[in-house]
Amino acid sequence: MAKQRTHIMVCGGTGCVSSQSLEMIETLKTLIADRGYEDEVGIVKTGCFGFCGQGPIVKIHPDNVFYVQVKPENLVEIVDEHIVKGRIVNHLLYHEPTSLKQLKRHDEMHFYKKQYRIALRHCGLINPEDIFEYIAYGGYEALGTVLTDCTPEQVVANIKASGLRGRGGGGFSTGLKWELTAKSASDQKYVICNADEGDPGAFMDRSILEGDPHTIIEAMTIAGYAIGASTGIIYIRAEYPLAIHRLKVAIEQAEANGLLGDHIFGSDFCFKLQIKYGAGAFVCGEETALIHSVEGARGEPTKKPPYPAVEGYHGKPTCVNNVETFANIPPIVLKGADWFKSIGTPTSPGTKVFALAGKVNNVGLVEVPMGTTLREIIYDIGGGIVGGKAFKAVQTGGPSGGVITKTDLDTPIDYESLKAIGSMMGSGGMIVMDEDDCMVNIAKFYLEFTQDESCGKCTPCRIGTKRMYEILTKITEGEGTREDIRKLKTLGQMIKDSALCGLGQTAPNPVLSTLHYFADEYDAHIDAKHCPAGACKALSKYAIDPEKCIGCTACARVCPVQCITGQPKMRHTIDAAKCITCGACYTACKFDAVIRP
Amino acid sequence: MPIKSLEELKAIRASQMKKVKLRDHGESDDQQIEILIGMATCGIAAGSREVLNAFIDIIDTENLDHIKVIPVGCMGYCHSEPTVQVNIPGQEPILYGNIHPEDIQNIIHKHIENGELLDDHILIQTFQTIR
Repeated sequence: MAKQRTHIMVCGGTGCVSSQSLEMIETLKTLIADRGYEDEVGIVKTGCFGFCGQGPIVKIHPDNVFYVQVKPENLVEIVDEHIVKGRIVNHLLYHEPTSLKQLKRHDEMHFYKKQYRIALRHCGLINPEDIFEYIAYGGYEALGTVLTDCTPEQVVANIKASGLRGRGGGGFSTGLKWELTAKSASDQKYVICNADEGDPGAFMDRSILEGDPHTIIEAMTIAGYAIGASTGIIYIRAEYPLAIHRLKVAIEQAEANGLLGDHIFGSDFCFKLQIKYGAGAFVCGEETALIHSVEGARGEPTKKPPYPAVEGYHGKPTCVNNVETFANIPPIVLKGADWFKSIGTPTSPGTKVFALAGKVNNVGLVEVPMGTTLREIIYDIGGGIVGGKAFKAVQTGGPSGGVITKTDLDTPIDYESLKAIGSMMGSGGMIVMDEDDCMVNIAKFYLEFTQDESCGKCTPCRIGTKRMYEILTKITEGEGTREDIRKLKTLGQMIKDSALCGLGQTAPNPVLSTLHYFADEYDAHIDAKHCPAGACKALSKYAIDPEKCIGCTACARVCPVQCITGQPKMRHTIDAAKCITCGACYTACKFDAVIRP
Repeated sequence: MPIKSLEELKAIRASQMKKVKLRDHGESDDQQIEILIGMATCGIAAGSREVLNAFIDIIDTENLDHIKVIPVGCMGYCHSEPTVQVNIPGQEPILYGNIHPEDIQNIIHKHIENGELLDDHILIQTFQTIR
């Protein structure tokens, strides 16, 4: 191998791939070869850097320079200026949104400064399709250590002592789950990796699988050894083609190197992995529904107990863990339970990956220690609200969670604290909302999702969520009554208490929490028939400020339904009954005279 | 080739580490010695690319993990290219001119290892840079 002086790392995560990063890798290769530097410069396709809002990302080592929003036409400049002549291309550097400062290195950015990466440790650092790069960073050493030096009981005890909890949402102790499965006597047991990431807006599992697939293979093999299973199944949605491709490559490489298959590390332990595709149903994230789907049956949950740890896949003891949970296993094995417990909070050790989205400047994947406050995540890492608008709320836990308001911004985040303020950890989706978002509308959006994703097996969820959705639609259209609020509350509580699985039990959360924190918005919709945020089309009517209007007729000319009347140079008026709230007049007015609802 | 033991895995790891070493920036910056090489047109014309590759070769063969080689733009001393600046944490940066591949052993072994400066090559800094 030639000795390389520079590595150009190009993000190969789905986000950046959709902005042509793969084509850019090819172009870079040709450019480098044309200039005769192919022996000195390596080009590496990596996993997701997490800073998806700024993609495609190109990072140059060893200079440690981080370029953002690189376009194919910038590549010649990067190669000719930076690679050949050592001059940094300033206009491609990241600009901090608040200070507008130009930052060269990623560790100077607020986005990365507060992060602590365990699950995402290799994303953006290694080529996910090269097992040897994973090994170079200590990969498979945890598996080797476990198979050489530990009994299965010691492994389970170690994970249990670390306090690791399920990262998929429930927060159940991973060590306890392993212990229960290990204790169930059976001729055959299974390890299943839940990669059916269904929470809208969350994509950490996909990024881990795309950026570091070997870590999941290694962790599943360790789990297999710990609980006594010889088969592992990765249940992944077919909507993740890139993750599936990289997993397949990784499994082939692991098999070729004897890290999967028979007599791993010369021991008696044998482990095989297979991939099972899901059709992308939200309910299949629930472990019993997931197991049915893997079996080839309908993805419907069944009641627990019996828990999968006793009776799971094909009636055999099965351990189902989420991708992010597995990604934490190898570091725990290598660095020990005490190290893991030193991070985070006493009840929730470790870190959590959040998918930061919505009205926030730095959109992307962030991994922070448990106990970090929402303010730190939104304002320090996220760089604040887009356009300097006012923060209104943040939704965590996706359709199963609730909203968190300004008053709780300083709550340190862990499983318990989020539950206490009416939300939940969920899989880590975090959607930031500003003053322009209507909370009734948000609740309606989530209910539309859950009633659509409800599998239909139990009545509370099948019919209850549908009725809640209908009531919310009524309110957003200005037809709501006081009675509806009472109905929503009763119905919500009833569904929570009686639904069969987690999907139904948590589906009313967005409604109940917005009712609790934003009762005034519901009141405005019902009593005043007014949407304070101006998001509900049926309730928002435009008006003209008589003081500012000079009668230029610009608004009347663009109105598609001719609801604006007035003589030239006289003040104009809008007929609210005819207005379809298209907003054309608002855009057309040059004097700020049109008042947005 | 199947990996049959933890020792075999560790051997593979050791052989692969060099490949990815470029991407490590160390836990603390105060350990890292930086060698900056002027790679502007003047530098390249005078042979700085050969100097750079010679550094990379030595660092690789002698496993000098703590030394990082960074190509930079023109340092302004075009009359004395190729120019090389050595930054050792806690010490004043030293700027050398007229460095050719045969001088590199001296920079690494005399200057970096023993603190002896290469008097024939030192350029006096004649300007200040804003910070």
